[in-house]
Amino acid sequence: MTERVNSAWSPSSREAERAIARKRISRKQGLIAIVSSVFVIGTLIAIVVSSPGWEVVKKTFFDIDYGREVLPTVIAGLWINLQLTFIGGACIGVIALGLALMRTTKSPALTPFRFLATAYVDIFRGAPLILIILLVGFGVPALRLTGISSNVIFLGTVAVVLTYSAYVAEVIRSGILSIHPSQRAAARSLGLTSGQTMRYVVLPQAIRRVVPPLLNDFVSLLKDTGLVSILGVTDAVRAAQINSSRTFNYTPYVVAAILFLFITIPMTRYTDRAIRQRTNAQNSEGAI
Amino acid sequence: MANVLELIDIRKSFGDELVLNQLSLSVPEHTATVLIGASGSGKSTLLRCINLLESIDDGQIFLDGDEISDPLINVDAVRRKLGMVFQSFNLFPHKTVLENITLAPIKVQGKKKEEAIESAQKLLKRFDLADKADQYPDRLSGGQQQRVAIIRSLACNPRLLLLDEITSALDPVLVNEVLSIVRDLKSDGMTMVLATHEMGFATQVADEVCFLESGNILERGSAQEVLHSPKNPKTQEFLKRVHEAGRL
Repeated sequence: MTERVNSAWSPSSREAERAIARKRISRKQGLIAIVSSVFVIGTLIAIVVSSPGWEVVKKTFFDIDYGREVLPTVIAGLWINLQLTFIGGACIGVIALGLALMRTTKSPALTPFRFLATAYVDIFRGAPLILIILLVGFGVPALRLTGISSNVIFLGTVAVVLTYSAYVAEVIRSGILSIHPSQRAAARSLGLTSGQTMRYVVLPQAIRRVVPPLLNDFVSLLKDTGLVSILGVTDAVRAAQINSSRTFNYTPYVVAAILFLFITIPMTRYTDRAIRQRTNAQNSEGAI
Repeated sequence: MANVLELIDIRKSFGDELVLNQLSLSVPEHTATVLIGASGSGKSTLLRCINLLESIDDGQIFLDGDEISDPLINVDAVRRKLGMVFQSFNLFPHKTVLENITLAPIKVQGKKKEEAIESAQKLLKRFDLADKADQYPDRLSGGQQQRVAIIRSLACNPRLLLLDEITSALDPVLVNEVLSIVRDLKSDGMTMVLATHEMGFATQVADEVCFLESGNILERGSAQEVLHSPKNPKTQEFLKRVHEAGRL
């Protein structure tokens, strides 16, 4: 319990002097920050702009009129990336949770699944995503199985889901393992079964703990959906590629990059905030 | 009086270390058995074995006449009859006080939610915690958390309550609010086995005091006998050290 601040309090003359001194120091520090920022950023701009090839680069990479012209097609492509991210993200969440639970189970009936889950994670976490996309994208249609779509968007999503499920499963598993055994002991001694203990006690705490790294993976997922363009999916990257190969002007790539940043920067800021809140919460737990 | 708990020749080791050695103990109904002894004498391990959180290497444990050390027994069914309170409270931090208390009645005993909440609130009121029902555990003091932990295990109406050094992690000024609950439970006739370093408290509640030393009960008897006129030289030595530490 903190005491109420006394409303009749007015700062002593010593405190008033200190406040003035503090203000002077902070004004001085602000000034230094501004001067150094202007100097560093100004120098960088000067170096780029005064370089011998700048005029050519400006025309081929930063052609504002052309950028405006290709913007709608790149945005249409980005819409594919976003759909892929959200639909894929939902599938990844479910599969990863299943994998994490299988890997942490001690039930003897599930032993083969534990091995399979471990092998799955080893393979898909260890192989480069681009290879998985190529193998799924070109390998699965070659099998000529009936009933399996050879739609490149579908196959690209499957490849991304396969790989990211392995990443996310490991994040969730680390969260499960980070819950102190005493929590499990308390739950079991109340008569909860091991399944109930996982469901009501361990998992809710574990997921809460790994939200920040999961958000990180979500940002990476959005960026990596750009890789499905190699299968011929007309996503933002592919749309930019088509336009620039038509005109030999690379502005569409810059447009695509900026569009991605519009989404990923707010997401990473949000993630940072989530991590900070999590850390603060842990610190207050530690103080008790 | 029937024995609620009966331990016969319990043996338990962790690797090379023998923690419980041929230990036998009977706990009649409505009595409190207090385990005293230095850290590492096997008090906590004994409580964890009774609760089947640890498996014993040899011997038998009977609860209400049923052998619960049988490997074919349903451990969840056994634990439903036992309540356990830990030194470090172990409340669920993501659940409110009320949710902590009602989790087992709802999920394990299959009580209706309203019913479970009602009896939880009754218990909270009885132990002066009614205003904390919707708080999360990290907002409570250590003493309040431990009282909630006791209420949580009471909510399942246990046949036997196991208390493992429940005041050792508490500020001295908070110890009494927790111990007074245990005194209340004792006068209600709750059967208890408790490990403690609070000798004054042991004198008040114990029907039997057992002094544990390297995994066995060296001396047992009434609190008067064991705590105030111990016969075994090791008990005398232990109590002398406790006395010097100002805990008697």
